[in-house]
Amino acid sequence: MPTPQARRERALRLILPALVFVLLILAWDLVVRVNALPPYILPGPSLVLHTLVADRAVLFASLMVTLKTTIAGFALAALGGILVAVLLHQSRLLAYALYPYAVVLQVTPVIAIAPLLLIYLPQEAAVLACAWIVAFFPVLANTSLGLRSVDRNLVDLFRLCRASRWQRLTRLELPAALPHILAGLRIAGGLSLIGAVVAEIAAGAGGAASGLAWRILESGYRLNIPRLFAALILLAAAGVVIFALLSLLSLLLLRRWHESALAPPDASRA
Amino acid sequence: MPATPPPDGKPAVRLDRVAKTYPNGVAALAGLDLAVAAGEFLTLVGPSGCGKSTLLRLIAGLDRPSGGTVARAATDLGFVFQDPTLMPWADVAANIALPLVLARHPRAEIAARVDAMIARVGLAGFAGAYPRELSGGLRMRVSIARALITRPRLLLMDEPLSALDEISRFRLEDDLLALWREFGTTVVFVTHSVFEAVYLSTRVVVLTPRPGQIAADVPIDLPHPRGSALRTDPAYAALCRRVGEALAAAGGTA
Repeated sequence: MPTPQARRERALRLILPALVFVLLILAWDLVVRVNALPPYILPGPSLVLHTLVADRAVLFASLMVTLKTTIAGFALAALGGILVAVLLHQSRLLAYALYPYAVVLQVTPVIAIAPLLLIYLPQEAAVLACAWIVAFFPVLANTSLGLRSVDRNLVDLFRLCRASRWQRLTRLELPAALPHILAGLRIAGGLSLIGAVVAEIAAGAGGAASGLAWRILESGYRLNIPRLFAALILLAAAGVVIFALLSLLSLLLLRRWHESALAPPDASRA
Repeated sequence: MPATPPPDGKPAVRLDRVAKTYPNGVAALAGLDLAVAAGEFLTLVGPSGCGKSTLLRLIAGLDRPSGGTVARAATDLGFVFQDPTLMPWADVAANIALPLVLARHPRAEIAARVDAMIARVGLAGFAGAYPRELSGGLRMRVSIARALITRPRLLLMDEPLSALDEISRFRLEDDLLALWREFGTTVVFVTHSVFEAVYLSTRVVVLTPRPGQIAADVPIDLPHPRGSALRTDPAYAALCRRVGEALAAAGGTA
């Protein structure tokens, strides 16, 4: 059983953000009512909620389009990032030769690359590429760091046991890198959503796709501000869910052995 | 005592004029000769930085000497580091199994040998535990079990007990002696504790500060099996004093 103090601490962690949420919604509602703001300037929270329910068919279809891009981009970035990091780890020269370009890919703003990609690639592929580009580097960088953070004595032990390179990779380096890889994936999940949204916006009204970002643009043009808000809420919720799922994955994989997955002392569990 | 080697038997380890100078110019060893007989429990004592660990790494083949030759009778060896050096993501059984897994032994054989070893080193009930769930003493037991799982003819140990509390250390020393007698392994042990050296060994070699040279070579003719009664035995005290004096004369302050 948690101590009363720990339980109070846990309750506060839930109650305080909820309280802030309620206050913000009330303030929002108050501002709209007192100033009698028209919905095309600022819709009230109840209208946004109503729109979310009323337009659910359109909005959820768009959410699925954006999520599909996000998940595909994330999966490719995760796979590619880990594979390239392993590859670069095998050869110092290869790492010297290629790593700077991975950095260039990372620091060039994706919003600036998106228009080019939209010219060269079919739109769906371009959107996917944007989601991939932003998510790739965190996975690569974190995996590279993880592969290099192996206990030197364990490396010596594997040498003494005449382990093959493959054995060292699969039984020592990758497991040791796992916490870093998972941290990279958690960052990449949110970023691939951003990448997908940026590309959809860059594709603009001329695009054939109908993702959530495109809905936001469209709603803006049509001054359908309640729907714009509803789409925005869905996007934020999608981001939170992606982050929560990846955090859960990390917790499940690491809880038996890694410090990061242990309960903090102030949130001790029963 | 384990079977004493035949007088003409090859030594388990022979070092001839071994020197080791690191790239930064530090000379850890300069022309050291040492022969370790098969079945011996030999302990190296010396002040910090006298090249004890370097010597162990050279014997293991983890480093190459910059001069001289290192010869080993057996190719198989176990190595125990100062830290338990366990894989935190693997449970006790998997950590102990590692050398057999890397050598691609059949799975059933590995399981049987690991089970037997877990019982033998006093880890019964901990097979599924993870390293962070164990005390320092238990972690070191896992480390020793992993080194012995291949039944190596040579066991190299680099200050394995120095981080433990006294109760755990005394108990592990006794268990280590029992394992040595049972397995008949040649042991080269490094410590900076004179008392530990005399208690465990059949022979203690005292090294000088860097570059390490042999300052004294003291045979420890105390009878086996040894137990806690030995720690207050006058013969034990006399040998501790002799090794301690040799260490002080060599320039190592305790």
